[in-house]
Order: sequence, then structure tokens, then C-alpha cells
Amino acid sequence: MAADFKDMETNWEAYRKLFLIRAFEERLETLFAEGKIPGFVHTYIGQEAIAVGVCANLRTDDYITSTHRGHGHAIAKGIDLNGLMAEVFGKVTGICKGRGGSMHVADFSKGILGANGIVAAGTVIAAGAGLSIQTRQEDQVVVCFFGDGGINKGTVHEAMNFCSVKNLPVVFVCENNQYAQFTSRKLTTSVSDLSLRGAAYGMPAVSMDGNDLLEVVEVSQKAIADARVGMGPTLVVADTYRFGGHYVGDPQAYRSKEEVAQSRRRDPLLLFENHLILQGLADKEALELERESILELVDKAVAFAEQSEYPEVRSVIDYVFTDVTEK
Amino acid sequence: MRSISFGQATVEATAAAMREDETVVVAGEDIGWGGNFGQFKGLLEEFGPKRVLDMPISEALILGSAVGAAVTGLRPVASLSFVEFTMGAMDEIINQAAKFRYMFGGQVSVPMVVRASDGVLRSSGAQHSESFEAFFSHMPGLKVVAPSNPADAKGLLRSAIADDDPVIYLENKKITFRKGEVPEGDYRIALGEASVARSGSDVSLITYSVMAQHALEAAQVLFEEHSVEAEVVDLRTLVPLDIESVLTSVAKTRRAVICHEAWTFGGFGAEISSQINEHLFGELAAPVVRVGARSAPIPFSPPLERELVPEASEVVEAVLRTVKL
Ligand SMILES: Cc1ncc(C[n+]2csc(CCOP(=O)(O)OP(=O)(O)O)c2C)c(N)n1
Ligand SMILES: [Mg+2]
Repeated sequence: MAADFKDMETNWEAYRKLFLIRAFEERLETLFAEGKIPGFVHTYIGQEAIAVGVCANLRTDDYITSTHRGHGHAIAKGIDLNGLMAEVFGKVTGICKGRGGSMHVADFSKGILGANGIVAAGTVIAAGAGLSIQTRQEDQVVVCFFGDGGINKGTVHEAMNFCSVKNLPVVFVCENNQYAQFTSRKLTTSVSDLSLRGAAYGMPAVSMDGNDLLEVVEVSQKAIADARVGMGPTLVVADTYRFGGHYVGDPQAYRSKEEVAQSRRRDPLLLFENHLILQGLADKEALELERESILELVDKAVAFAEQSEYPEVRSVIDYVFTDVTEK
Repeated sequence: MRSISFGQATVEATAAAMREDETVVVAGEDIGWGGNFGQFKGLLEEFGPKRVLDMPISEALILGSAVGAAVTGLRPVASLSFVEFTMGAMDEIINQAAKFRYMFGGQVSVPMVVRASDGVLRSSGAQHSESFEAFFSHMPGLKVVAPSNPADAKGLLRSAIADDDPVIYLENKKITFRKGEVPEGDYRIALGEASVARSGSDVSLITYSVMAQHALEAAQVLFEEHSVEAEVVDLRTLVPLDIESVLTSVAKTRRAVICHEAWTFGGFGAEISSQINEHLFGELAAPVVRVGARSAPIPFSPPLERELVPEASEVVEAVLRTVKL
């Protein structure tokens, strides 16, 4: 659905999602430090406007492919919060029944074709989903989220070429947060303007300020609308910054505190909050109340996850095959 | 002797090789920052960016360019922080590195090392927890090394880098930070030589990588609580396989339990079991037993992960079943 940001409720809904992602991820940081979350966690803090702005233009039956940093995409696309939290805890009530964990959340009923621990694996999967839509003659769209580090993976080239050749309804959203793990983009990538890569595939490509929700909405709206009416793929580069470490607990020796502090001045949440207030769409007190009610949702999700059971160990082989069970 | 971690031991081996031979170069993602597990710490500072290459997230390039460099005069050590990422470059490993020497009639060799971290570590999930030695050892032309302790890690990596053939060097995540005594200086262990990590007369535990550690723990429990004397044969190198050491041990104990963390089905243990049966069939007191993971991708949830993947207690159970026969 094309989001109408002249509408009050649309603005509020976007704000709720932005803050929900932020609150969810900040809670995970605490829970992880308390030793309550197994494995490792990559947070989306600082990039929320990209997932929220892009997904505001998507229908439930549209698809997304996501990355190792996938909680924000999943929340923006409408994943059940309790199921997401319980999955991160490894509980049986999790969206993947505890088999997946933070890096592998998925909800196929919401078109979320999976967060993915393999960088840029989502690109070729998105191409396949696009092919499927075209073959079924539907008007769905696929959004493929991937990173500035991921852009150098061979699968990106293969996917973009094919989507362009076949005019598939796929929008490639490259989240340029300046780092791939501990390595600055500048060290490994041939162009500083990543949108230049689109030309190689005869694909329209645009850059946008990924921290400005309204700009994200506007730019992605066009790309998604084009894809939906058969005009093929677009590469959208969202410039942003990863506020947290690569993973929770990352000591971040590879960048300066000043650099992080500097980028935090353009916090996508604050930018949108200011916009709402300036436009008279909300006042500080109302937003404060809204944030409190969202924090309660997160509290409830944590309680749900903590009270849930771990999967039964005798079920460990379940779900390997559709029709074969181990003797 | 001083005690250092497995990861530090590999840094020592690499630095020594780089000092000795200027054609040795190291390439991988984030290695300028020491790598995901500190396995490259300090190398950039000592050898500079021409020999310590921070690579883009392009696994096919990392391994393919290592092949190209290896056949034109360099001795690359290519690193993929998790063994799952080799899957995006299996063509370069299987169709290129492994085959060049044979297919081109021995004109060239491919002196490269692929380093990759494998194994389960605290709920890393299905795409960051697996062990693929069975894939690699199945392919003729690849040598495969899987050390279990810091000293072997150093000695084997030094030999792997000096070796003229492609070597897959598997470093298990659970033991990467574990410390042990490591000889200083130029320490090498020849590829293809197993070690008897503990001697015993009742049963042979044939193992490698992290499971060698679990087997040693199990052997101690078996001795203290069950008066069973287990011999632990740490293969260290899977290809070429030191089958002589395996057969010598099993001929003595007449019982073999093969232990690895990877899936049992189609796993490397099947090869060892088969060879034991071919050579010692009439002399065995019990069927050869395998301890490994059940057939599922590694689950995230801690109790499921523990259920799927064996540790020392599963080795103890398997041995007790075997010695009763
Ligand atoms: C194929 C593959 N190679 C390497 C990795 C290890 N890894 C995980 S995240 C990451 C950096 C990804 O950077 P980017 O695409 O910019 O995403 P970001 O983390 O910035 O969101 C790397 C190298 C991986 N998971 N998969
Ligand atoms: Mg990035």
C-alpha cells in the first residue's frame, strides 16, 4: 500500500514502529548483558527509518529478504513481537520454535522470507521470489535488504543482473551503514557512491538519506510502485550509520567515540519526532505516553519469552524433512 | 613452557612463515583487525597491508584469487572466519584448488591454505556452527588438518603453509581461546601423523579437533569411575590419514569408538570405521562405534544444541556400551 503521510495515523504508526524497533533492540542489549540471550545479537539501532519507511509501502503479501541484522526488518513487516522475542531466547514459542535464533527469524505468513546469517544470501532468494511472482502473474513486490559490505558479494551481481534482464518486481535496498563488521567500507569497495553499481545492470539507482523517514518513504514508494506495475527492479542506497557495535559486546576499537557521537546527532527517531512536533502532528507529552505504552509491549514480550519453555529435547530432529522422521 | 591460546599459536606459526618466506601472504575479511577470533592479531602491524589483505565480503574471490596467486608464485593463506562461508566458494576449492595439479598433468602445484573456524559454540545457530570436514576430505587433492590443541595448531599450521598442496585448516571455535603449552621458535608437526594423546589398553578413542579434548575428558572419567583404560588417538590430519596409528591402537585394544562433533551420517568416522573393519575384522571384540551429531542442522536453542551435538558424556556412554561386549 502506498503510505499516505498526510494522514495523521500513518505518521503515528510509523513513529510507533520506529520506537518499537529501538526499544526492542535496546532491551536485547540489556538482556544479552544479563546473560539471558544465547548466541550473538546484531542490533538495528540507528537504521530504523529504513525498514519502517520502506515497509510502510508494502502489503502483507509482499515479501522481504533480510540479513543478520534482521529484527528491525521483521518488526517493520509485522512479525509477532512475542514470537520474535521468544525466538531470540530460543524458546519453543518462538517464531521458528527456537531452531533459528536472532539471526534466523522469519515469518512466512507475513512475507518475511528470513533473516539470514549468510551475507547477501537474500539477494538471489529475492530474485527467485520475484520470478515466482512474475510466473504466478501477481502484483506482489519483493524488497531485498542487504548491507554495504554485502554489496561486494558475487550473489549481488548475479541477482541484480537477472532481475534486470527479467524485469522482476524486486527492490534492492542497500543499507550503507559505513561498516562491514570492523572494516570501513572505504577499504574494500570500488566506489564511494554505491548507487553507481546500478548502471552496470541497466537498473535505475537512487541514494537517499536513510535516517530521514519521510525521504525513505518517498524514494522507496516510487521504486516499489514501479516494481508493482512491471517496470522492474531498482537499487536504492540508504545512507545511514550503525550506532551500536557489529554485535552486542563489540569493543569497537576500529572507530572513534567522536565518530559515533557525531552520527548520533542525526538519530532517525529524533529527526522524525521533531518533524511530528513541527508539523503539529504530535506534542511531546503525547509522544512520551506513546513510548511508555510501547515499552510495556516490550516488557510483555520479555515476560512471554521468559515464561515460555525451551523445546523438548526429544523434538530435536523435527522439521528436518517434511515426511521423513528418524527412527 | 609458556601457555598461549590456540588462536595465538596460529598467529605465531603464520608470523614465522611470513618472516621466513616473503611469498607468504594472508587474505581474509577483517583480518587487519585481527579476525573474528584474534587469529591474525598483530600481523598487519608487522607485515603491512601488502601481505595482510583485508578482503571484501567476496568468498569466491578470496579463495579463487588464492588459487591464482598460488599457481603464480605466492603462498597464500586465505581465511574464512566461519567454515559455512566456504560454501560460497566451493567451486574454487573443489573444482579449482583441488584439481589444478592433477588435471594439468602435474605442471603446477597449488600451495595455499584455507583457514576456517568450525564447530558449535554457544548457540551460534545453523549457519555458524557446523563442521564440514567430510565434504573436504572426500575430494581428492585436498589435504585436511583439524588440530585439537595450541601446540598442534602451531606445528600443523607451519607445515600446512610450507606444504605445496592446498590444505584446508580447520580451527574449532570452542578451543580457539583455550590455552596450552606451545613450544617457542620454529615448531613444526608433519602433516599425516596422528598422535597418541593418552595410552590405554581397553578401548581406542579415534578422534580429532575439539572432540579430542572431549575424548581426553571422557578417558579420565572412564579411568576414575569405571576402571576402563581408554587410548586416545588424535588424528590431527585427516588427509593424508595416518591409518597405521589407528590400526596399531585398535589391534591392541580390540575396541574402537570414533568421535567427532560433525554429523555421524556420512561423516569422516564412517571412513575410519570402514578401514578398521577392512583390516581388523576378525580381531575386534566389539563392533566399531561412532559418536557424532544426529542428522539435523545445528539448532539455536541451547538444550536442543546440546542434545544434538556430543561431548564427553556421550563418549563415556558409548565406551561403556562397547566394553560390556
Ligand atoms: C558469506 C558471509 N561472509 C562473511 C560473513 C561474516 N559477516 C557477518 S556480518 C558481516 C558484515 C556485513 O556487513 P554489511 O553487509 O555492511 O552489513 P551490516 O553488518 O553493516 O549490517 C560479515 C563479514 C557472513 N555472515 N557471511
Ligand atoms: Mg554495513
